[in-house]
Order: sequence, then C-alpha cells, then structure tokens
Amino acid sequence: MTSVEPAHAAPHAREKAPPVTAAKPARPVRPARSVRKNRDWLHGLLMSTPAVAGLIAFVGIPFGYAVVLSFYNVRLGSPLAPTFFGLEQYRRLFTDPDLSGPFLRALLNNLTFAVVVVPVQTALALGLAILLNRKLKAIGLFRSLFFMPVVFPMALVAVIWRLILARSDQGMLNSALHAVSFGNWGAFDWLGDSATAMASIIVLSIWQGVGFQMVILLAGLQQIPGELYEAADLDRASRWQQFRHITLPGIRGTLVFVAMLTSVLSFRVFDQVYVLVKGGGLNEDAGRTVMYQAVTTAFDQNNVGQAAAITVVFFLIVVALTLIQRRVVRPDNED
Amino acid sequence: MSTHTGLTRTPLRRVLDYAVLGVLAFIFVLPVLYLLIGSLKPSDEVLNGLSGFLPTHLSFDNYSNVLSSLNSDSTGYFWRFMGISLLLAFVVVTGGLFVNSMAAYGLSRLKWRGRNAVFTLILLLMLVPFESVAVPLFYMFNDQRNTLFIQAIPFIANAFSVYQFHTFFRSIPPSIEEAARIDGAGPWRTFFAIIVPMSKPAFASVAILTFLTQWGSFLWPVLMVSDPSVRPLPLEMSVFQAQLPPDWGQILAFGVLLVLPVLIVFAFFQRWFVQGVASSAVKG
Repeated sequence: MTSVEPAHAAPHAREKAPPVTAAKPARPVRPARSVRKNRDWLHGLLMSTPAVAGLIAFVGIPFGYAVVLSFYNVRLGSPLAPTFFGLEQYRRLFTDPDLSGPFLRALLNNLTFAVVVVPVQTALALGLAILLNRKLKAIGLFRSLFFMPVVFPMALVAVIWRLILARSDQGMLNSALHAVSFGNWGAFDWLGDSATAMASIIVLSIWQGVGFQMVILLAGLQQIPGELYEAADLDRASRWQQFRHITLPGIRGTLVFVAMLTSVLSFRVFDQVYVLVKGGGLNEDAGRTVMYQAVTTAFDQNNVGQAAAITVVFFLIVVALTLIQRRVVRPDNED
Repeated sequence: MSTHTGLTRTPLRRVLDYAVLGVLAFIFVLPVLYLLIGSLKPSDEVLNGLSGFLPTHLSFDNYSNVLSSLNSDSTGYFWRFMGISLLLAFVVVTGGLFVNSMAAYGLSRLKWRGRNAVFTLILLLMLVPFESVAVPLFYMFNDQRNTLFIQAIPFIANAFSVYQFHTFFRSIPPSIEEAARIDGAGPWRTFFAIIVPMSKPAFASVAILTFLTQWGSFLWPVLMVSDPSVRPLPLEMSVFQAQLPPDWGQILAFGVLLVLPVLIVFAFFQRWFVQGVASSAVKG
C-alpha cells in the first residue's frame, strides 16, 4: 500500500493518513495510482508554468533589461543606434552638473518623505489601533472610517487635497486658518511654495495610508493574550506601564514590519506627485520623487537609458530596505 | 494619565473613549465629506471657503454634466472609461486567481524536483516592485501602447498572490487530499473539486487586494495610454482635473464615480479586505 507522502506536513498535521476504513472497495483498486504519483512532477510543472512564465516575462526579463538599458545610451524614437555607455548614465545621475540636480533633489525628497512619514504614520497608526482595540459599541464603524481612505485611488486623493490646499483665500485650509487666526493668516500657496510642497504630499499620503498600517497593527495587538493585562491590573500597573511593558514588547515585531513596509512604500511614491504637478500647481522641484524622475525622463525626454539607470538606483534602495526588513523581523512572532 | 487600575470600564472612561474616537473620525472623514457634498453643489460654490461643506443647492447636475461633457470621440466617453477599468479589473482579478492559485498548488502540494528552486525564484521576484520594471516594459512594449492587452497582461501573474495562496494551501491537512487521491482523483481534479472550494477565504482576500490595486493603477497607464478610447478611469481623473478652467463640481462628481465601485466592494467584503491586509502582514 503506497500512501502518498504529505507534500509539506503542516506543523500539527497527522503524520499518517488515517487507515482507509472502506472495507469493500466500491470499484476495483487501480494499480495506476503509483504511476500517477510519479507523474506529480509533470502536473506540478504544468500547474506552475503559466504564472512562472508570466513572472519571468513581465518581471524577470524586464528587470534584467533595466540593468542592460542603463549601460546604453538608448533614446526612444531616435534615429541613432544605441551606443554602449558603460557607467556613464550613473556618473551623470550623480555628478553631471546639468542632470544630477533634479535627480539628487528627487532622492532627497524621497528621503525627507520617508524620514517624516515612517515615524509619524507608524505612531499614528499605533495610536489608532490601540484606540480601536476596545470592546465598544460601533467600534467596527470607526474601524471602517479610518480604513476607508485606503481604498481611494491615489489619483482621486490628490484631487481632493488639491481643493483643500487650494492657494486662493477660498481654499478649505486657508479659510479655516483665516477664521481661527482672526484674519491674521491669509491665503497661502501650500502646494506651490517650495517650503510646504513636500509637507502637503506627506499629509495627504498619511491620510490615505494610515488605515492600512492601523489594520496590520490591530491584528498584532489582538494576538497579545488578555491575561497579561489582567495580571498587570492585579499588580496595579498603570496604563502607561501596561503599554510600556506589555503592548510594546508584544507588537515589536509588527511595529518594525510596519515601519519597514512604510519606508519601502515611501520610495515608491509617484501617483499623487504626478497628478498634482500636472494640474494642481504642485512645485515640481520640491515635489519630485525618484519614480517621478524615472517616468518623466523616459516619457517626456525619451531618455530610456537614463531612466533605466534611475530605476536601478531605485531598486537598489528598495531591495536594501526589504533585506533589512527580512533581517530584523523574524517570522512567527512568539505568541 | 490616570494611574488607578486600568481596564475597568467606568462610564466616564467610555464617554472619553467615544469622544476621542469621534473627534479623530470627524477630522478623518472631512475630506470624504467635502468630496461628496462638493459633487452635489454648483461648481462656483465648491471652492468657497468653509461654506464648501454646507449642503446647499444640492442636485445631481454635476453627474449628468460629467456624462454629457465626456461624450465625444475627442474627449472620450465616460461609460467607456468606466467599462475599460471594469474590464481590466475583471481580467486581472479572475486571470490572476486562476493562474496564481494553480501555481501555488503545484508548488506547495505536489512533490517534484525543482519545485523549491521555482518557489525561491518567485520569492525573489516578489522583491521586485512593479515600479522598477515599468521603464524597461515601456520600452519593450512600445509598439503595444494603447492596447487593452498590454494594460492587463503584465499584472495577471503575481508573485505576492502566489505566495499568499502558497501560505494558505500549506495549512490544509494532507489527509484531505490523500482521501481524494485514493478515490482515484488526479491532482487537477483534487485541486478544482476539493482544494478550491475549501479555500474561499484565501481567494476572497487575494481577489480583493488585486482588485484594489488594479482599480487605482496609475503609473502604467501614464506610460502606456494616450488614446481616450482605451483610457482607464484613474488616468482620465488626472486628465479631467487638469482642464482649464477647472469645473470643480464636475471634477468631484467624477471622483465620486471613480471611487464608487471600490467603495461598494469595500462595503460588502470589508471583512476580507481587512483580513487580507492583516494576514499578509502578520505572516509576511
């Protein structure tokens, strides 16, 4: 009786299948079963082929191609054949006085974005998660409210905030500030002013994204056993002490995960910047991000080689952050 | 903060909890209110200081104006943008569910040499965000610009979806499949008749995350689509809001129509949304 080996025994799965209790086989036992078992490799290969082929065609090959393109002087629609460029594209990106300016500014903007958004959004998300981790009536409604912006397309979020931050004295924020400051604060061009352009992008991005992090942290909080809090209550531990010694250690792994995820997402910012530059009067130089730079270089300037080099730099940053995340967060947080 | 014993819920504490939550939720929901109310007001009253929030002169005129202003070959047709987005989402979600779940099954439940290498490859490809292949893809498929095909096909196979299904399938006890196999079902029948029906939660959460991502997809259409006849909604949102002079009421009405499908899905399948997000992270 050859029993099919469990492919990948789950930790608590029974080692052996229960003996087959059917005393009289309803149909003749088919000896072909062992043959079929040996053909699992064929079926496994067939089943995974479509997805693997798609991934290789649309992720693997293009990724390799990005690296190749970055070594060439490729221009779209140019009659000249591409020439080998070596590391010239990279040299230009970082040192060429004419070209490196916008790119380095974009890097700096992304870095600013990450440095502000990662701690602020994580802290906000944690605060919300703790507030929402209660047994109150209608708590589900509150959770939905905070999560709702996550489903809003970023292109729409940008448009809503374009109106809120409008530079005229009729803009929502401007007129609110005007009201609370008894008329001392007038109109201010939040998106257009280089000092506040990135801050505006940061605020609307946090509004859109904080619910996502909140949900992850909420799941982490719910894994902390309630007995710990009960015991702490008996010991007369203050709420702050409970937070400090139970909550924080309990979700440290999740917190680090969320912070790393947010930092990766910070470098992928594109949609809101593009929409607001195109129609919203966003200060282009103060708002540009690495991805914005890659798209405009490829699309508006047809400079594919340069854009590919930007892409490679972008990828190196993202992969470095992801590897740090894998290193720091051990899977299977102890319950 | 109070230092007396914590978790005993006094009525006062509960009132305080509600107050804090209420204030935060109110601030949080203001932009959405502004969107909704503004979409129902005459355009000249939208960008009008704090009175933009006042529900005055409400009507659905903006909505009918959006439909009538996007109603020629040069501007494109509103229903066409909507249809394109729905079609792309449908193809990417259903195609993705099929292809990625099948791969995950082949990689998690069938034993064959090389499956670990293939799975490792998929894990590696999971590290590559779409943004880092957008430029080379744009170059490779430049002659395919403005087609529906190129807007959908690259997103069907998805490493993260394979990974999510893989995680789920691994938790299914092997005895279930063995029973099916002993009854003479091959791996395909076992998968479609037994595994798929018992994996509804995994399918639901992958479907919803895929739909959400696809519905808001913007970077790829920016690179690949210039023709209004194949333009998806989010890209049109960007074009529509850049009109001069801006017709605010119509722009917000357009925005409501853009978010409506995903809000409807969210309202009905919220549990899976949240579960999908949470589980992907806690296990990740």
